[in-house]
Amino acid sequence: MAISVKTPLTREDARKLKAGDSCLLSGVIYTARDAAHKRLCELLAQGKELPLDMKDSVIYFVGPTPAKPGQAIGSAGPTTSYRMDAYSPDLIAIGQTGMIGKGKRGPEVIAAMKEHGAVYFGAIGGCGALLSKCIKKAEVIAYSDLGAEAICRLEVEDFPVIVIIDSQGNNLYETGRRDYLAQKNK
Amino acid sequence: MREIDAMKITETVKNLCIEANCHLSSDIKECIKNFHTDESWPQAKEILERIIENYEISDESNQPICQDTGVACVFLKIGQDVHITGDITDAVNEGVRQGYEEGYLRKSVVRDPLDRVNTGDNTPAMIYFEIVPGDKIEITVAPKGFGSENMSQIAMLRPSDGLQGVKDFIIKTVEEAGPNPCPPVVVGVGIGGTFDKAAYLAKKALIRPVNVANSEPFYAELEKEILEEINKLGIGPQGFGGRTTALAVNIEKYPTHIAGLPVAVNINCHVTRHQTEVI
Repeated sequence: MAISVKTPLTREDARKLKAGDSCLLSGVIYTARDAAHKRLCELLAQGKELPLDMKDSVIYFVGPTPAKPGQAIGSAGPTTSYRMDAYSPDLIAIGQTGMIGKGKRGPEVIAAMKEHGAVYFGAIGGCGALLSKCIKKAEVIAYSDLGAEAICRLEVEDFPVIVIIDSQGNNLYETGRRDYLAQKNK
Repeated sequence: MREIDAMKITETVKNLCIEANCHLSSDIKECIKNFHTDESWPQAKEILERIIENYEISDESNQPICQDTGVACVFLKIGQDVHITGDITDAVNEGVRQGYEEGYLRKSVVRDPLDRVNTGDNTPAMIYFEIVPGDKIEITVAPKGFGSENMSQIAMLRPSDGLQGVKDFIIKTVEEAGPNPCPPVVVGVGIGGTFDKAAYLAKKALIRPVNVANSEPFYAELEKEILEEINKLGIGPQGFGGRTTALAVNIEKYPTHIAGLPVAVNINCHVTRHQTEVI
């Protein structure tokens, strides 16, 4: 049974989620990938204001295809997350509580998640057409010069994700594989 | 000598870019369905169901299967009795430019690997020319996503590493990639040649349909054997555990130097796209 999760996601609610939980996200989330993360962290290093409020925010690592007429957004599945590992700890430290992507994360990200209370969700990679159906509205709020890499504010309804790494550092990539192999070798 | 107008190439490339990004070819669809039937791990089965649902939505709505509509890899087999009127490279890039614009595809190419400014039209394409007998041009467009491209590896093995060394390297590459390249993956392998030739063969292996084995029985058997070994790793769809880690292993090989045994592994995701047309 999937858990309904509303955004903004407080640290307290983020800490309740466990690796392996299937969740349906509703509310506002923000898109950012490589280039936008780099700019956000540069602003942060200079002590300048960011174009979005990071407190209790969930960031979706995605660069969608252009919307066709009548669509809120084009195809919008997750990109590989490890490329954001250099930036995520700083954003978690100032309030980000959720990340949506796919693939492994580095120890520095997991350490920040444990310290501050944040969660790493996975969306199914390569299912951009399907996932786009849960995105009801998309609006560019910063870095429009980056094209598909601009930061967008998305309104999502029952967006399907699974908790890959929780705020205790439990990791579905490790347990899922281990459990499957244990069952197979029984 | 047959005359082919470069504009015809542009038109063909444009259509293939859109077709390949919105419609998965039947070989890969069938393969995913077969693995779905055979998958016993519930979570893995469910993910394969979503993957099937996703490409069905794309088929119905002409929407890109994945938001990473890739860098356009364009393979041209040009008959030696063809004369092309116009610049063929420009013609291909113009086809990519038009296809990515008209098809609402994402523009994912930066003009310089270090300054990283987007070219805005997904050009230039990665173009591979081959001259063959005849008076036709066969064009294959294979949009290549980079989540999987980034997990690819090459090794200059020693001849003494032999067959076992080759198998170990292929399996190690898939295992290290883990969940990153959107498994279930298609594994393209190039063995032999030179450093660059092996990488080219690995890329070329990915445009061979997954239901067509290598024409040499030894390599066909090797493809099957390595696929079975990979599917014992337990990584599963999306890396959440399960049998279905890879859908196919396609190997291409070439003669090499007495001192060398190059092996390249080019990983592709479950959205392994390619469309071909002959003009």
